[in-house]
Amino acid sequence: MARKVLVLGEVREGSLRNVSFEAVAAAKTSAEGGEVVGVLFGDSVSALGAEFIQYGADRVVTVEDEQLKQYTSDGYSQALLAVIDQEDPEGIIFGHTAQGKDLAPRIAAKLESGLISDVTDLEVEGGNLVFTRPIYSGKAFEKKIVTDGLLFATIRPNNIAPLEKDESRTGDVSSLSVEIKNLRQVIKEVVRKATEGVDLSEAKVIVAGGRGVKSEEGFEPLKELADVLGGAVGASRGACDADYCDYSLQIGQTGKVVTPDLYIACGISGAIQHLAGMSNSKIIVAINKDPEANIFKVADYGIVGDLFEVLPLLTKEFKELLVNA
Amino acid sequence: MNIYVLMKRTFDTEEKITISSGKINEDGAEFIINPYDEYAIEEAIQVRDAHGGEVTVVSVGTEEAEKQLRTALAMGADKAVLINTEDDVEEGDQFTTSKILAEFLKDKEVDLIIGGNVAIDGGSGQVGPRVAELLAIPYITTITKLDIEGTTATVVRDVEGDSEVIETSLPLLVTAQQGLNEPRYPSLPGIMKAKKKPLDEIELDDLDLDEDDVEAKTKTIEISLPPKKEAGKVLEGELEDQVKELVGLLHNEAKVV
Ligand SMILES: Cc1cc2nc3c(=O)[nH]c(=O)nc-3n(C[C@H](O)[C@H](O)[C@H](O)COP(=O)(O)OP(=O)(O)OC[C@H]3O[C@@H](n4cnc5c(N)ncnc54)[C@H](O)[C@@H]3O)c2cc1C
Ligand SMILES: Cc1cc2nc3c(=O)[nH]c(=O)nc-3n(C[C@H](O)[C@H](O)[C@H](O)COP(=O)(O)OP(=O)(O)OC[C@H]3O[C@@H](n4cnc5c(N)ncnc54)[C@H](O)[C@@H]3O)c2cc1C
Repeated sequence: MARKVLVLGEVREGSLRNVSFEAVAAAKTSAEGGEVVGVLFGDSVSALGAEFIQYGADRVVTVEDEQLKQYTSDGYSQALLAVIDQEDPEGIIFGHTAQGKDLAPRIAAKLESGLISDVTDLEVEGGNLVFTRPIYSGKAFEKKIVTDGLLFATIRPNNIAPLEKDESRTGDVSSLSVEIKNLRQVIKEVVRKATEGVDLSEAKVIVAGGRGVKSEEGFEPLKELADVLGGAVGASRGACDADYCDYSLQIGQTGKVVTPDLYIACGISGAIQHLAGMSNSKIIVAINKDPEANIFKVADYGIVGDLFEVLPLLTKEFKELLVNA
Repeated sequence: MNIYVLMKRTFDTEEKITISSGKINEDGAEFIINPYDEYAIEEAIQVRDAHGGEVTVVSVGTEEAEKQLRTALAMGADKAVLINTEDDVEEGDQFTTSKILAEFLKDKEVDLIIGGNVAIDGGSGQVGPRVAELLAIPYITTITKLDIEGTTATVVRDVEGDSEVIETSLPLLVTAQQGLNEPRYPSLPGIMKAKKKPLDEIELDDLDLDEDDVEAKTKTIEISLPPKKEAGKVLEGELEDQVKELVGLLHNEAKVV
């Protein structure tokens, strides 16, 4: 059944986040031949419309306002509800990001609709659009369908492949004027901690350190390897609790959930709460000096050894490989 | 100050998970207060101690949630309410739970509602923002700090590792992120006192809701375990050779680099 699906793109530092392109791909599947309409909010975002279309949106609607430069739940919901009013969609897809998690449930409540959060896969099965999502901290999966009303979902970054960029695709980018008013939340200050370098939730490669890293300086060899691979550095709670790094790097049940192509765990024992955040990574490498460490049970490849000996060698070897490639 | 905490009883995900007849097997499993809701309870107690007022912990569920509600009372909450759905609703989703909670809260003249940012079993993170929207009050999710002065609240929100300092006003709903506080353990006198504290039980009827008003909008059609991973390969030999082999495997076999 063809349906019109809206995709809310997410702009960070002037560009569209990768998850927005993944969301377009998910919207294409959900639309079953219907129209995919990209939606962008910010103070000046219409220039990004063309790229959204090259990744598969049919057209783009923007709402531009100084007050939409930074995300607030009030500002974005006023803008989105106006777009929904104009477009009358049958489906909506967001990224399951800080912004998507914050905004989507509110919109769903307002529209009295269901919402399927943190989707890692979707497909049409027996006439139904079926969404797959992890439950029980990634230890099980459920398949869900919408039984009543709007088809509304947020998708987990790094799981649904974006469509190939097609530079010849064009479409209409129109703007909708919305009066943004009475914002009840005022952002006084933003303290950036995490976003130097690659974003953990979207990184294709993560080099993560645990208590075995032993100090703040101990993270240096991990950073060097991550740099060579264009990846991000993550950590176990053990490392965060010991003050070797900031909590913003924590991966696990109470930290971030990540699904990179490659996860390299260094000096991490593999506690169940840590596994909850990374066990769905495509390939896991464990480096640990204890051959009995639990992390080896989930690892695809393991090296038993001292991380401070292994990492420099690994970095050197990758450098050579990538220079020759 | 009139403070409410939203508390979910959850499956302890440290437990091994098995499936029997299409459902997660709960036999003999350990159930706990959702860890993020422990932060919510702790924060509520601290706000009350600083500003006066009362903390009420509310949970939608079955009789079995009484145990976790008692624990919350033992930590120091003043009252607990169980909205027992056992006899009325069979299948629910986040729409269901949020609607019930909002119906319960709408005439309570709340100043502050604190929930967890996500339940570790269902994992949607929907209930907090949904409830706030239904009550038409502002909300801030994943907070790591809360300061209240008069009717102004200054909140630090964790945004994928960055922090935003946000000013907003009461009545307000916030959801707790790790780092907000260190939840206390119930003390022995706390446990004794909790036995005498009020734990009310109500049903949908008491909220003038019937089953149709809260009918789920989504449905789970299948539950499965993740595909079993083949045992990994622990490399052997000289360290330098292991490293070379690993790089080769990642490049040629796994093709991730
Ligand atoms: C409610 C709750 C929530 C939690 N949430 C999280 C979470 O989100 N994320 C998380 O990570 N944890 C979480 N934890 C904590 C978790 O249980 C573990 O305590 C933590 O993951 C351990 O961190 P670690 O592996 O770094 O430390 P350890 O368990 O101490 O392991 C250190 C490892 O390093 C190895 N090692 C030491 N030196 C070297 C060396 N030179 N070279 C190589 N290897 C070396 C050791 O052999 C050991 O295996 C949570 C716990 C609870 C109770
Ligand atoms: C009558 C009924 C029947 C249900 N039937 C099913 C079913 O058949 N299948 C199924 O999979 N699930 C069922 N559920 C559970 C439901 O789908 C969700 O688990 C629930 O709505 C919470 O969603 P979540 O786990 O994603 O929590 P999240 O939205 O991630 O929770 C975030 C926060 O919201 C608050 N919160 C969440 N749930 C509650 C609660 N129950 N009481 C108080 N505060 C809460 C807590 O503060 C929590 O930290 C049913 C629920 C109800 C009420």
